[in-house]
Amino acid sequence: MSTIIENKKTEIITDNGLFPSNDVMLDLKKLKKVYPTPNGDYVVLEDLNLQIKKEEFVTIIGHSGCGKTTMLSMIAGLNPISGGNISVLGKHIKGPGPDRGVIFQSPSLMPWMTALQNVMLGVNQVFPDATKAQRNDIAKYYLQKVGLEDAFNKRASELSQGMQQRVGIARAFAIKPKVLLLDEPFGMLDSLTRGELQDILIEIWNKEKITAVMITHDVDEAIFLADRVVMMTSGPKAKIGDILDINFERPRTRKSVLEHDDYYKYRKHLIDFLEH
Amino acid sequence: MKHSITLGKVSKFMGLGFLTTFKDLFTGKLEKEDFKNFLRKVVVPLASIFLFIGLWHAGSKSLYNIEADFRINKALEEQGQVAADAVAACIALGEDSSCQPNTLPSPAQVWGSYKSLLRDHNIISADKAAFIEKTAVLNEKRVADGKDPIVYTGRPSFVDQIFRSLQTVFAGFLLALLIAVPLGIFIGLSPTLKSSFNWFIQIFKPVSPVVWYLLVFMIVKTLLIGSSEDSSFTISFISVGLCSMWATLVNTAMGVSSVDKDYINVAKVLKLGTFQKIFKVVLPSSLPLIFTGLKITLSVAWMVLIAIELLAQSPGLGLFVWEEFQNGANDSNAKIIVAMFVIGIIGFLLDRLMLTIQNWVSFDKTDAI
Repeated sequence: MSTIIENKKTEIITDNGLFPSNDVMLDLKKLKKVYPTPNGDYVVLEDLNLQIKKEEFVTIIGHSGCGKTTMLSMIAGLNPISGGNISVLGKHIKGPGPDRGVIFQSPSLMPWMTALQNVMLGVNQVFPDATKAQRNDIAKYYLQKVGLEDAFNKRASELSQGMQQRVGIARAFAIKPKVLLLDEPFGMLDSLTRGELQDILIEIWNKEKITAVMITHDVDEAIFLADRVVMMTSGPKAKIGDILDINFERPRTRKSVLEHDDYYKYRKHLIDFLEH
Repeated sequence: MKHSITLGKVSKFMGLGFLTTFKDLFTGKLEKEDFKNFLRKVVVPLASIFLFIGLWHAGSKSLYNIEADFRINKALEEQGQVAADAVAACIALGEDSSCQPNTLPSPAQVWGSYKSLLRDHNIISADKAAFIEKTAVLNEKRVADGKDPIVYTGRPSFVDQIFRSLQTVFAGFLLALLIAVPLGIFIGLSPTLKSSFNWFIQIFKPVSPVVWYLLVFMIVKTLLIGSSEDSSFTISFISVGLCSMWATLVNTAMGVSSVDKDYINVAKVLKLGTFQKIFKVVLPSSLPLIFTGLKITLSVAWMVLIAIELLAQSPGLGLFVWEEFQNGANDSNAKIIVAMFVIGIIGFLLDRLMLTIQNWVSFDKTDAI
């Protein structure tokens, strides 16, 4: 396992190769996931260790079925842990909670609610002490941020896939989570819409700097968005195969990234890993 | 975006799309493509209605002849030629009901009975109005004295019976809704409750309306022991409710237990409380299935109502049919057929009503059939 450590921003690394603990937002230790089957246990993940720092954007790539989504839903608390542990800011997680916001692969909006109501569902839950007007403002602010100022009162079922996923982004940011988990959020969109949404996502993220973990199949997306790209080995018993630091300056634009000398180096590294 | 309500939208919403074609016909907006539509949606159904009436007419005529021939032959064999001639003459004259063949009435006879039932209704309501007018002053005095007012106790008309039946069916439907929807939600939410109730549902679902009636009768009779009130309405609406609630119960439980996993995950991530989870996520998402259940419940309720009213001797269409059958008057059979059509048409309208409400509350407009 060769880790490229050349990030000028990555400062001190302790002797055992870990980050100092007060910098770590999300810590996965010896994580294991086993599904019992009639023919014995099927081990999806084993001995998976990963640390994610505060204000870091990490993308995860790997072959289909390697256990990326399993790992993400374990972090979200939606899937029970078979072994090891996951901690957020040093605290072991117990089940799901709004400190870990999730943007799902399908937008998962309640189709009978309007865009605003969908965002409010989370906001009401997280800021119960705020006044109704304040909560409304929060929801509207994030909907504006994703470019939906004209669609507050449209039902989710009337919105296009791309617009629904925008609401999904607004809903996730509006609850101000500590960690944002994104499970291939743009996988179902056409490439034009995907580009638009990547721009919107990174724009909000630049402002909020919420620690983000995102699964993707798209190598370019992985490089464009991430501080680090985590590559997972193929299952069963998947673990972290390699980690690539992406040293582009932020804020980034698609153009500057594509024109950067290192871009093809990074790309080749990832594709070599995936084709290996 | 502004929403305008047009006849086209409303009728399509209610599943009566053919009305639009009808309107276009009269406003001259019909294109060539529409003409095909018009043929399919208006002409063909009308033709099939005429065909139906024609077949019915021919059928009833031949049944009539079979009965008539049988009666004449019987008279001939038993009493000789003179009696047979007398019977034939009597049948041809068509006045004396004792010699008339008693069989399936023809469409014309049914139409005649329908009109006579309406006439009867007009007479009775005029009678009733006159009675109320006559007793108004007296009743005022009686109420002032603390006595019960005098009420009209005359024979109910056919239209009164229809409204009585509708009352019974709505009371029964409401009972079914109040029992089945909450119970279905609980069963759908909890696998434990589901397995503990499953045998109950499976066993009681197929039980016939007649048996339900008897069961309710046993219980209500004892509960109301000593009371002089007429319990037939109570018994019949409870029986109707219990008979018809199963579709709603099963559909609600299914809808609630099969809510999209994504929605449940969202609720989990947001840590919604149980109450919020049920009312904001689970219920709205299972509404389409609940309404499918309610639609079936209402149509079942209307169907079993007739049998139950008949058994319970509760006023309404069921009792009307039974009394006419027992009555055996000249036009009794025709009146029964009138009741049959009224029952069918009201059933159809109730179904449309539910469809309209379903379309109205459902988030997925394309879902409803």
